[in-house]
Amino acid sequence: MSGTAQSVVRMANQIARNFAALGDEAAIAQTAEHIVLFWDPRMKATAFALDPVQFSPIARAAIDRLKAGIEGADASVD
Amino acid sequence: MSYEHQPDFGTSASRSAERVTLTIDGRDVTVAQGTSVLRAARENGGDIPSLCATDSVKAFGSCRMCLVEIEGRKGTPASCTTPVEPGMVVHTQSERLAKLRRGVMELYISDHPLDCLTCSANNICELQDTAAEVGLRDVRYGYDGANHLGQQPDLSNPYFLFAPDKCIVCSRCVRACDEVQGTLALTVDGRGFASKISAGQAADDFLTSECVSCGACVEACPTSALIEKSVKQLGKPERAVITTCAYCGVGCAFRAEMKGEQLVRMVPWKQGKANRGHSCVKGRFAWGYANHKDRITSPMIRERVDEPWRKVGWEEALAFTANRLNAIKARHGARALGGITSSRCTNEETFLVQKLVRAGFGSNNVDTCARVCHSPTGYGLKTTFGTSAGTQDFDSVEHADVMLVIGANPTDAHPVFASRMKRRLREGAQLIVIDPRRIDLVKSPHVEAAHHLALQPGTNVAVLTAMAHVIVTEGLADEAFVKERCDWDEYQDWARFVSDERHSPETLEPVTRVPAVELRGAARLYASAKNAAIYYGLGVTEHSQGSSTVMAIANLAMATGNIGRPGVGVNPLRGQNNVQGACDMGSFPHELSGYRHISDSAVRASFEADWGVSLDPEPGLRIPNMFDAAIDGSFRAIYIQGEDILQSDPNTQHVAAGLGAMELVIVHDLFLNETANLAHVFLPGSTFLEKNGTFTNAERRIQPVRKVMEPAAGMEDWEVTQALANAIGLGWNYAHPREILAEIARLTPSFAGVSWERLEQEGSLQWPVNEANPDGSPVMHVDHFVRGPDGKGKGRFVVTDYVPTDERTGPRFPLLLTTGRILSQYNVGTQTRRTANAQWHEEDLLEIHPTDAENRGLKTGDLARLASRTGETTLRVTVTDRVAPGVVYTTFHHPATQANVVTTEFSDWATNCPEYKVTAVQVMPSNGPSEWQHDYADLTSRSRRIVADAREPAE
Repeated sequence: MSGTAQSVVRMANQIARNFAALGDEAAIAQTAEHIVLFWDPRMKATAFALDPVQFSPIARAAIDRLKAGIEGADASVD
Repeated sequence: MSYEHQPDFGTSASRSAERVTLTIDGRDVTVAQGTSVLRAARENGGDIPSLCATDSVKAFGSCRMCLVEIEGRKGTPASCTTPVEPGMVVHTQSERLAKLRRGVMELYISDHPLDCLTCSANNICELQDTAAEVGLRDVRYGYDGANHLGQQPDLSNPYFLFAPDKCIVCSRCVRACDEVQGTLALTVDGRGFASKISAGQAADDFLTSECVSCGACVEACPTSALIEKSVKQLGKPERAVITTCAYCGVGCAFRAEMKGEQLVRMVPWKQGKANRGHSCVKGRFAWGYANHKDRITSPMIRERVDEPWRKVGWEEALAFTANRLNAIKARHGARALGGITSSRCTNEETFLVQKLVRAGFGSNNVDTCARVCHSPTGYGLKTTFGTSAGTQDFDSVEHADVMLVIGANPTDAHPVFASRMKRRLREGAQLIVIDPRRIDLVKSPHVEAAHHLALQPGTNVAVLTAMAHVIVTEGLADEAFVKERCDWDEYQDWARFVSDERHSPETLEPVTRVPAVELRGAARLYASAKNAAIYYGLGVTEHSQGSSTVMAIANLAMATGNIGRPGVGVNPLRGQNNVQGACDMGSFPHELSGYRHISDSAVRASFEADWGVSLDPEPGLRIPNMFDAAIDGSFRAIYIQGEDILQSDPNTQHVAAGLGAMELVIVHDLFLNETANLAHVFLPGSTFLEKNGTFTNAERRIQPVRKVMEPAAGMEDWEVTQALANAIGLGWNYAHPREILAEIARLTPSFAGVSWERLEQEGSLQWPVNEANPDGSPVMHVDHFVRGPDGKGKGRFVVTDYVPTDERTGPRFPLLLTTGRILSQYNVGTQTRRTANAQWHEEDLLEIHPTDAENRGLKTGDLARLASRTGETTLRVTVTDRVAPGVVYTTFHHPATQANVVTTEFSDWATNCPEYKVTAVQVMPSNGPSEWQHDYADLTSRSRRIVADAREPAE
């Protein structure tokens, strides 16, 4: 895997793990929002293109949601 | 105006609001209650001679020079120890007083060398001035009696000397060391005629003693007994310029005392609100790098990094750079370009670099070194409090009853603020330290922590959640505060979460290695204090859960009501002089100045209108993502202002691979730093002494930086960025940083009321400075949390679940390495290594516990191989029980060791701040430098070759 791909997997899983305590639905929404707010487009594109098995269930659900264009979170800032 | 000393009122200012009127020499004067008679006279344009009094320390009453007569009182009391009273009638001059003062002065002078004309303190000597004031004309005793003349000076300190024959034993130095610095390194040894100032033990000189070379004694000395060697060499300064130190985030205000463009000495400015007249060895003395021979003062370019550098003129360097930038952009698009702003440079310079990237390069690939230090502070405090900054000013510590210090080592990294903490601790405040290592603050003269929680590195969240567990389950939370100021539902979710038995100190003890009893005691102490303040540093942020730890800290402060008044709060101790400012100025790839997200179309529109460009609405790459993208080939050019990422960023080999893959690396710096080994363009930078602008310190205080000498390379750093911008056709025409600051204020609501002119008048301002806070904000979140569109939001509790880091010890790497700093060196040492500070710290050392050392056959001074799964290096060992068994510690000040060869790519989950503080390592005896160190030394010497421009015409 290239530099970005390797990092993106680690980062997505780590973000998801840190939101896991909120419960699945909230964790998926927060993970998706986090990726929208802080990831460069090529990082998102890399995540969308990767084999989903590398992601934890929460991270995978968040990425699927973003990929489907159904953003689970409002991308505006609070 | 010629040179004048800073005014000295003899005793400190009273804080009382009560006013007292008295009569001094027939004039009515009104001063604050508690003011001394000496100060009352001096505040009102008069003077009373004195020698042992100085306003940085308590009145002492020993020199018998400031005697006065007070109607209705017997004798001649010392005015320094006599407080004013209403209606008091004071006479400062009379026959009797003149005779007494002259008599005392006569005794002093009978034992003092009369070499005033050749003395280092000639014309800046209080003894000389006082002798003049009292009209001493003769010494009746002669000069042949017993005396202290002819003693050898102590020249051991590189920056100042101690000449005992010039000493009048007024003890101002001893008291400054005790009261201002809090090191207590000095004493008056002996009694009566034999009294002598002594540093450390009898066998010590200043250098071997516990003296930390802060300069407080030198500043307090009335004669040339303790004086800067630079004053001895250069003589009395001719002017003084107020400016701001460029070392750490304390942001000390200094008087740069000058002779022409020659800096004679840096003296802490008493009116500076961050430092209140104090300094440390770095700001006070370690400025010699500014004129170091290693400085590069000409632009340099090369086609490839394996070629030698070629010195060229600015025009050629800028044209070469612009051509490459334009070519890369044409081939690979705007998102292939980016930049790094410097936390060492001014707000104005930082703002321009991010503007160059966003408006000129056309991408949001801009980041700053806060990525690797306090980015979790930004994320964590914005999420919980609504604003990415510390809540207090430094003065707040004077009201703290309990201080909780987490992952910070203030006496080394923020020494001037540490002195203020220690002063408050000596007054009786209590201290809790959470740190894997026994830092100096845990136990030092007259300071001892009530609790030291020596946790396992990487378990901050577990420890703080356990503290929250104790506070909530023992009913110590301030629910009235929470109900009024915070979101109650979120609090209840959080309280339920932390109350779970799995978060109890007892359950977590095997993970954190903190005894539950100790942890409970610390939690109770913090929660039950009237005012409890949290101070934290990089030991909080530089972890895989850095952001969670910041939020856990914020949760604790909110749950106990410790927000919104002096003496409390959450205080990140910022590392770099302008790391707060760099963050404020929109240096992060996802936000514009004032922490506003790039996706916010209204905010973006305001910049687009002002700058006349359209901005990319998507966040850009963060520093570690840039290296990844470079390796992938989608990121190809970088402009790095004032940061040595190759040495300071983790996993050096990954950084080198990223830089090595780029087509254009532009380094803008003072020196050929480590990053420049892989650069194609070198643009010479300017020091803080060579430019105008502003820095913002850890308490959000914006302070002016003023030029005292011309830039060695001809341009201030903001001018270089402007020249680069103009080389790619941006057409900027700023004539002075004040114009850039005006643009910042125009585009950033929290800076709306800031201007260069106001800073000139008021000295400093603490943001937010806006309609709601026209004079700035020493303490934030007073009535509301500054969040949401109206700045009147509720505090938000965030559930922080402890997630162990992926970096684990095991059979191959059984120890945990954590990193830190030392007082005399600064960060990667680019500056301090080029000063005499090297005398205190010539190399990075590895601290290891006696048990671990013995198991490996290592003793202090041995060379050891330090290896992790990412790399290895060698360094010398210090065996000490400051670190717990299983933990080793080192600093990262020297490129020869490069501790970051061993640190890993793991980072904070929310911000990618590297996990510097936890690396699984093995330590074994070694015979010499690692292979990497050999190779790197070769690379450095090859890549630093410089040839003169071959195309220059021959003579």
